[in-house]
Amino acid sequence: MELFLNEIGNGLFLGAFFGLIAVGYSMVYGILRLINFAHGDFFMVAAFVSYAILGAVAVGHAHMVWFTVIWVGLLVMFLTGLLAVIANRLIYHPMRRAALLSLMIAALGLSQVLENGVLNIPAWGSAYLTYPVTSPPSGFTLGTTHFTWFQLIIVIISGLLSLGAYLLVSRTLLGKAMRAVSEDRIAAALMGINVDLVIAVVFFIGGALAGAAAVMTGVYYGQINYLMGWTVGLEAFTAAVLGGIGNIGGAVLGGVVLGIAQSVGTGLFGAEWAIVVTFVALVLLLWLRPTGILGERVARRM
Amino acid sequence: MSQNLIADRGSRSTFATKLPQRGLILAVVVLAALVPHMTGDQYYLSVGYQAEMLICLAVGLNIVVGYAGLLDLGFAAFFAIGAYTTAVLSVTYHWTILSTILPGVFISVVCAVIIGLPTLRLRSDYLAVVTLGFGLIIQTIANNMSQFGGPTGIYGIPTLTIGSIVVQSATAFYYVFLVLVIIFVFVSLRLRNSRIGRAWLCIREDEDAAQAMGIKIHHYKMYAYMGGAVMGSVTGALYAPALTAISPPSFGFSESLLILMAVAIGGMGSVWGAILGGAIVVILPEAFRQFSQARFLVFGFVLIIIMMTRPRGLFPEGAFRGTVKRLRARFGDRPARSRPLQ
Amino acid sequence: MTALLETRNLSLQFGGVNALSDVSLSIEDSALHAIIGPNGAGKTSLFNCLTGYYKPTSGTIEFLGKNITRMSTADVAALGIRRTFQNIRVFPTMTVLENVLAGAHLRASSNLFSIIVGTPGFRRSERELQENAISSLEFVGLGEQASKLAGDLPYGMRKRMELARVLIANPKLVLLDEPAAGVSSVEREELSRVISRIHDNGVSIVLIEHDVELVMEIATDVTVLDNGRLIASGNPHEVRNNPDVIRAYMGRSRK
Repeated sequence: MELFLNEIGNGLFLGAFFGLIAVGYSMVYGILRLINFAHGDFFMVAAFVSYAILGAVAVGHAHMVWFTVIWVGLLVMFLTGLLAVIANRLIYHPMRRAALLSLMIAALGLSQVLENGVLNIPAWGSAYLTYPVTSPPSGFTLGTTHFTWFQLIIVIISGLLSLGAYLLVSRTLLGKAMRAVSEDRIAAALMGINVDLVIAVVFFIGGALAGAAAVMTGVYYGQINYLMGWTVGLEAFTAAVLGGIGNIGGAVLGGVVLGIAQSVGTGLFGAEWAIVVTFVALVLLLWLRPTGILGERVARRM
Repeated sequence: MSQNLIADRGSRSTFATKLPQRGLILAVVVLAALVPHMTGDQYYLSVGYQAEMLICLAVGLNIVVGYAGLLDLGFAAFFAIGAYTTAVLSVTYHWTILSTILPGVFISVVCAVIIGLPTLRLRSDYLAVVTLGFGLIIQTIANNMSQFGGPTGIYGIPTLTIGSIVVQSATAFYYVFLVLVIIFVFVSLRLRNSRIGRAWLCIREDEDAAQAMGIKIHHYKMYAYMGGAVMGSVTGALYAPALTAISPPSFGFSESLLILMAVAIGGMGSVWGAILGGAIVVILPEAFRQFSQARFLVFGFVLIIIMMTRPRGLFPEGAFRGTVKRLRARFGDRPARSRPLQ
Repeated sequence: MTALLETRNLSLQFGGVNALSDVSLSIEDSALHAIIGPNGAGKTSLFNCLTGYYKPTSGTIEFLGKNITRMSTADVAALGIRRTFQNIRVFPTMTVLENVLAGAHLRASSNLFSIIVGTPGFRRSERELQENAISSLEFVGLGEQASKLAGDLPYGMRKRMELARVLIANPKLVLLDEPAAGVSSVEREELSRVISRIHDNGVSIVLIEHDVELVMEIATDVTVLDNGRLIASGNPHEVRNNPDVIRAYMGRSRK
């Protein structure tokens, strides 16, 4: 039983990462109907960039470490957001009139470029690199399970960021513009909404959230690798679908559900089968409740 | 092919009007068949049949992605199912290679239905992720179950015999796969020029309008996915004896991506594009072996650039129409109503 | 005698919007029935309900006595109801000929074996269909365009191609959604002629149109919708002089 609780706990933290990345996927899909396969790789690149920066900044005194991590984290969030915006500007935006299929294949191409780009950088390569900062083991005990403070912080930060994204979309004028663009791009443009700007913002937010997830992942797991984005990206997209695509709350919920499912699955069947659990879950879901747990929010055009 | 040749009302395609096109195809086939006579080098010939194999897979995927417009990112799974079924049945149960083809096809089609039924009914966008997952699942199963040899795979796959012909050398497989290419291309074109192919194209272009024609879109999407499964599976079944040993790393996402690139770069919706793409994807890296590590990096760039400049690939369907018209204008008896080659 | 197509208390709601409220109309056999009304009156929504794209919130639709309210689009098409679209939906990368052949989908040979083998039966069926397709194209005046890509066709020709695509199916009922929208006056004349000819050939037509002149010229019956409600139905002259109709149009018109 306590093992089970342990797995649920692990699943929750896993879910926090999935959720943050899933929100990015979900928002881009909601507004463009595009599955941005490179999104997971933005996450991976962010992890490597933060690795490089933290390594260079040579984290010194213990009490300065967290301060450093925070400002590096914010910097990386900004840079990842920027990366996403640039990717959109260079690739997806010029292709906006092409068939969706071609866009998705281009996204695949970008994904390959990012992954293999990192792979081919001599200092990095295919190895698992140790992150310069590791999470402190100090924590608290709930019943018989031990949680660390850092885990709690991850959940809180992820929650706050997701909440921020949610409030942005539902309460602000910008959010309203986003929803308008995702419903009917042409009408939105006719209403005076700067569609390109809105799309850029969506990419920025998604990228920034992925950046935050990257730093937290690096610290939490202590290791990064050039393929980490690809697997996580898949899982995050599945999470987004699970929770209801286009729906931020859904993305977060989906992330948590998937995180727990994977964690339990790993406990029962071994790590190899974790990804199988993901996809069996997805197929089952599509059979039973195709619009996701919270329902999808993508306009039907007819 | 007929749509290329109906020009004026009331015209019937005669043998003569189809000649340029058929002549070209025949020439290419003859040339391909002569390659083993031009070089006996087993290395080149093995590259040759690997290219042919990829072309077979690309033609199969072209039905799913090119004709029906469904993004399948796990096509290697069907290839794997075909190969592993053949391997297991022939090694453990001593079936002949040829007899293992049908069971492999059957399993592939069943899987296609399980995966496709819920997904294709809804949003085809999800098919991409589901097929990706399917590919991973198949690879994971192959990698983790001892019945399938685990990470080391299955070796000692017996020789392929067709009647009294023993197929063992690279030359022999070159011919076998050449025949397979011809069969697949033939079937693909036949399907294309029937109501099935037209239905697929309609679905690809505009699902809602397709339904208004009475097309049951979900059925046809399923047919396309199944058609691809069959072709992938058959190719896999012959891959096993060609390599005599198979292992999980050959059936991963990279392989699915490679096949997709062949279709996307070569030209979506056109078997000729699939052939070109297949050839490019196999032969080019061989020519630049020293860059093997950066191979996919280059591919990624190429993919992006081609998608941005020619979103439907280098030679999508319809790309040859202008050429045929100009050829006919040159050698035929009617002035061409010229349309620029797009 | 039962009407060809009949709706009873048809209502369609989206969220808070009542696209259609309690619409009951009947289309007679061999009629050329026009549906007119201001923008947003629910005309295209009506078509979408009739053809199965939208499932009405309440009410029924009967075609030749058969309840088709919840039928899928493909099944409705199979019954012999065909339509054109307000914003023309062609298959752009297919040739004009293939577009029209698509309309004949249900008539084409579907036997997998004969397709792959290429039996004489299959070849004959394809040849016939191609001839029919070319005839349809000639009927709408597009005989020369058969091998062009549909996406390359100018607007007016696309509209006519949509018609050819509808005709090849030998439909029992044709729904035309604003066939004269956005065309030049020359094209409009042509379209009016073509539609009349289709009608003369015994095909029942329901026509959504803004062009009141066109409607008065060729329609046998007219129904007026406003804000999702049916406000008048009858022969063209009755309807034209109906005070509610005049109010609906005058109230919105900027003339």
